[in-house]
Amino acid sequence: MGIEFRNVGKTYRDGTVAVADFSHVVASHRIAALVGSSGSGKTTLLRMVNRMIDPSNGTVLIDDEDIQGLDKVRLRRRIGYVPQAGGLLPHRTVVDNVATVPVLNGTSRATARGNALDLLTLVGLDASLASRYPAQLSGGQQQRVAVARALAADPNILLMDEPFGAVDPIVRRELQDQLLRVQAELGKTIVIVTHDVDEAFRLADDVVVLRTGGVVAQSGTPQSILASPADAFVRDFVGADRPERTLTTTEVDGQRLVVDADGRPVGILR
Amino acid sequence: MTWLENNSDWVVELTIQHLFLALAAIVASVVLAVAVGRVAYVRPRVRQPILAAASVVYAIPALPLLIVIPLVLGVPLRSPTTLVVALTLYGTALLVGTVVDAFSTVDAGVRDSAVAMGYGRQALFWRVELPLSVPVLLSGIRVVTVSTVGLVTIGALVGISSLGTLLTDGFQRGITSEILIGVLMTMALALALDGALVALGRLLTRWQPRRRRRARTPLGSTEVIV
Repeated sequence: MGIEFRNVGKTYRDGTVAVADFSHVVASHRIAALVGSSGSGKTTLLRMVNRMIDPSNGTVLIDDEDIQGLDKVRLRRRIGYVPQAGGLLPHRTVVDNVATVPVLNGTSRATARGNALDLLTLVGLDASLASRYPAQLSGGQQQRVAVARALAADPNILLMDEPFGAVDPIVRRELQDQLLRVQAELGKTIVIVTHDVDEAFRLADDVVVLRTGGVVAQSGTPQSILASPADAFVRDFVGADRPERTLTTTEVDGQRLVVDADGRPVGILR
Repeated sequence: MTWLENNSDWVVELTIQHLFLALAAIVASVVLAVAVGRVAYVRPRVRQPILAAASVVYAIPALPLLIVIPLVLGVPLRSPTTLVVALTLYGTALLVGTVVDAFSTVDAGVRDSAVAMGYGRQALFWRVELPLSVPVLLSGIRVVTVSTVGLVTIGALVGISSLGTLLTDGFQRGITSEILIGVLMTMALALALDGALVALGRLLTRWQPRRRRRARTPLGSTEVIV
């Protein structure tokens, strides 16, 4: 069950190999993160799941069904998709953006709008924003709308392509927390693409670190990857030796303080 | 202005005829230009040939065209159809390039995420690409509108009545106020239609952030050919 990549590859007509041979299973109801720098093929892999890109070889299966045989448009409507910043329809109000997929599926506009208002609340947006246009929202608010929109048709799967990459770190953190709250409530199968290891570690149950060309450098839980990086590449990529990851304790005023390699306090050990 | 008092009914009648001729040609131009422009946009290989053809069409002198069209279509020389077809050719030729530009301004990220949401080809065109190309499209339609309203007058030369009739008639009979009324009414009609388009544009582009003032009424390009 879940999403299975079975020996998928993508070679473009000009000979560029985006992904060589990738196999992985994303378990249902979990969050999987594909991390890697640009050229790692992570976005290509994500876009194979809703057939925005078809693999040149191999198969992608959703709940053991080969998606190559499915109608693209229908498939996409049952998979939530959160694009990078700026993917909302600029000529539709917030509530209509959220109602997009249900309306495409034939739900009446009134019903879809009603559900959309509930979803806005779920992602932490005030219903008073419903009649605004995307350009009237902050970047963080826009991405919340994008998450609400992706959830509107109640899909089992959510694909997120660097969803919080364009917002400032404080807002990013809020959005990540929001996503985790939503996930605790809804339990979707989520695939998130990011180049930010911290984001992957914060959100994902399952992290896949990719090298150039979609080669898996290591996959596993954030804990296992940080505890035992497979090689120097992973070690460097996840920043296992970075000052903020190498923590020690020190005693201050009778408290055991956790400090990073630079001596900066991170927290208190209990 | 006693001329106007004595002929006001006729002026109103000619204005209405002028309006309908212009509207028919403008609507046909927009539909045709969007269709042709869409093809040019979707298939880059035929884009240059189409745009080149549009320039050539626009360069055809009007009078010969008004004589050739009845021969080709088999309609009477003085039929309004002749004029509407001619003006539609000009209007389409004038607008096609703008249509290509208009579709090109639709943000690739927006288009891509709409496809990923599950918009099919048709829905993508009608509900995403067309509405989003309205701002640029409309600037082109305004030019075509004003130009077409001016061009309708040339029909008078082959006997298709419009406000242009006041120009030919006025010249032949040497009535200055008749000519003046013809020119002023043509300009007023162009301005009125342009104003209506601006209002329509406001309605269709309420989503646009901080509207920047676009170029003023392109009345400079109005052609009143006599």
